[in-house]
Amino acid sequence: MTLLEVRNLTKVYPGKRRVTALGDVSITLERGETLGLVGPSGSGKSTLARVIMRLVEPDSGSVRFEGGDWLALRGAALRTARARLQMVFQDPLGAFNPRATVGGAIGDALRIHHIGTRADRPDRVAALLERVGLTPDHAPRAITEISGGQRQRVAIARALATAPALIVLDEAVSALDVTVRARILDLLVTLQREEGIAYLFVSHDLAVVRAVAHRVAIMEAGRIVETGPTQAVIAAPTSATGRALVAAVPRLIFNSPAKEATA
Amino acid sequence: MNALVSISGLTVTYPRAATPALRDVTLDFLQGEKLAVIGESGSGKSTLARALVDLLPPGSRRDGKIDWPEGPPAPGRDYGYVFQDPGASFDPVLSIGTQMIEVLQTHLSLGRHDARDRAAQLLVRMQIPSPALALDAFPHQFSGGQKQRIAIAIAIATGPKLLIADEPTSALDTVVQAEIVALLKDLVEADNMALLFITHDIALASGLADRIAVFRDARLVEIGSANQIIGAPREAYTRGLVATHLDLTTPVLIGVAP
Repeated sequence: MTLLEVRNLTKVYPGKRRVTALGDVSITLERGETLGLVGPSGSGKSTLARVIMRLVEPDSGSVRFEGGDWLALRGAALRTARARLQMVFQDPLGAFNPRATVGGAIGDALRIHHIGTRADRPDRVAALLERVGLTPDHAPRAITEISGGQRQRVAIARALATAPALIVLDEAVSALDVTVRARILDLLVTLQREEGIAYLFVSHDLAVVRAVAHRVAIMEAGRIVETGPTQAVIAAPTSATGRALVAAVPRLIFNSPAKEATA
Repeated sequence: MNALVSISGLTVTYPRAATPALRDVTLDFLQGEKLAVIGESGSGKSTLARALVDLLPPGSRRDGKIDWPEGPPAPGRDYGYVFQDPGASFDPVLSIGTQMIEVLQTHLSLGRHDARDRAAQLLVRMQIPSPALALDAFPHQFSGGQKQRIAIAIAIATGPKLLIADEPTSALDTVVQAEIVALLKDLVEADNMALLFITHDIALASGLADRIAVFRDARLVEIGSANQIIGAPREAYTRGLVATHLDLTTPVLIGVAP
C-alpha cells in the first residue's frame, strides 16, 4: 500500500496578486522511501509540505496517508494521527520552546501522545537521545545552550519519539555547517534503514537531495514540472527548472591554468 | 601585486566575550584580488571583515596591525559592503531610488537628476528589469535575489576599490545564488575591484576566488591559491571540508529504492 498519496492539490493565496501556490499537484511516497522535493524560492514546495503537515488547508484535492483520508481528520483524531507523520524544520531554535530543556522537549512528545508511563519517560528520552547520537547527559541541558547541529538532532529525536511512518524535513539541513550537515544526513539515512521511515525531503539544494533521495520531484510556480528517480532526473533533466537547478550546483573547481596565473 | 591591506597579529575580542573572536591573524589582501574567506559559524570570518573596515561594535578590543598603504578606506565611498540578509539592508519605507540617490549624493557631487540617472544605470548593470519603475518601487516589492542585486548596486555605486560580500547568497536559493555569484565576478573583474567574499561553501569559493583563506575557531588555518586549497590542502581541517562537500559527482548515501 502506498504510504502517502497526494492527488490534485490546489491552493491559491487570494489578494491583489493572486498567487497559485499549488496548482494541481500530485505526488506519492512509499514506505521507507525518500522523495526529494526541490525547487527555487516561491515554487510552492513549502506550501505542499505544510498542506501534508496539516498546517495549511488546501482549496481542493486529496491526501491519503496510511490508507485513510488525511484531510478529513479533525481535533482529537488529527492530534492522535499526527504521531505517524512528524516534521523537522529548518530553524531548530524556532522549533522549540526557548525555555525547554532537551529532555523536556522530547518528553512532551511522549506525554502528549500517551507513549509509555510517566515513570519510564526518562529512560525513553535517554534511548531516543542515543539513537540520534547524543547522550542521556544532554537531557537536563537547555535547548538554547546546545549547538545548532545538536538541536537539530533533538528535533529528530522528538520526531522519532512517536514512531512515525513519515517525517517531513523542510530545509532541515539548510542552516547547518557542511560538516554538521554531513553527519545529520548520515543519521537520517541510518534511521531510515533501521526503522523503514519515509522522508519527504524539501530543499532548494539538488546536491543534498541527490545524496539522500530515491526519487525527486521538481517544482516551479506551484506545479510539479518533473519527477523520477533522482539519478535519472539529474543525469538528463527534461524541464527548464530541472536544468537550471542542475547547473546551479556549486562544484569544486581547481586546476584551471588561467586561474593559477592570477593567483 | 601590491597589498591593498596588510594584516598582522590581528586579535579581536567582542565586549563581554570571554574568548577572542579572532586570534593572531596575519595575511595580505592584494589589490584587485578575489579573496574568499571560508569557515563554519563562529570561525571568525565575519569578524575579520568587520575589523578590516572598523565596523566592530563599540567596546570591542582590537589588537595587532591593519595597515592600508594608501590610507584607510572611507565608509560608503572607498569600500562597499553586502550583507547576508538583503531585506535588512534597506529602509522599508523609502523607495529604492531614494536610498540609491542618497548614497550617490552623499559621496559624489551629483545633482538630484544626475544621481537618478546614475542610479538607473546601476540597476541596468544589475539586470533589474524596468529600472525607471524599479527606482520608484519599495524594497518589499522585490524578490530576495533582486534585493541583493540592488544592495550590490548601492555597494558599488561610488566606484570603491574594495567590495566586501558577507555570505551574500546564503539566504537565496541555489539558482539565484549562481546568478549573484556570476554577477559579482563580472563586476569586480570589469571594475578591477578587490573582493572579499565570505562564505561557508568551499565550492562557491573555488569557483569565484583567486585565493582562499580557511578559518576555524577564530584562527587562520591556511591560505593559498584556490587550486592549492582545493587540490592539495595542507591542513587536515581543510581536507575535511573538501571531503564533506556535496555536488552532483560525490557519492550518494543511500542504496536503491526499497
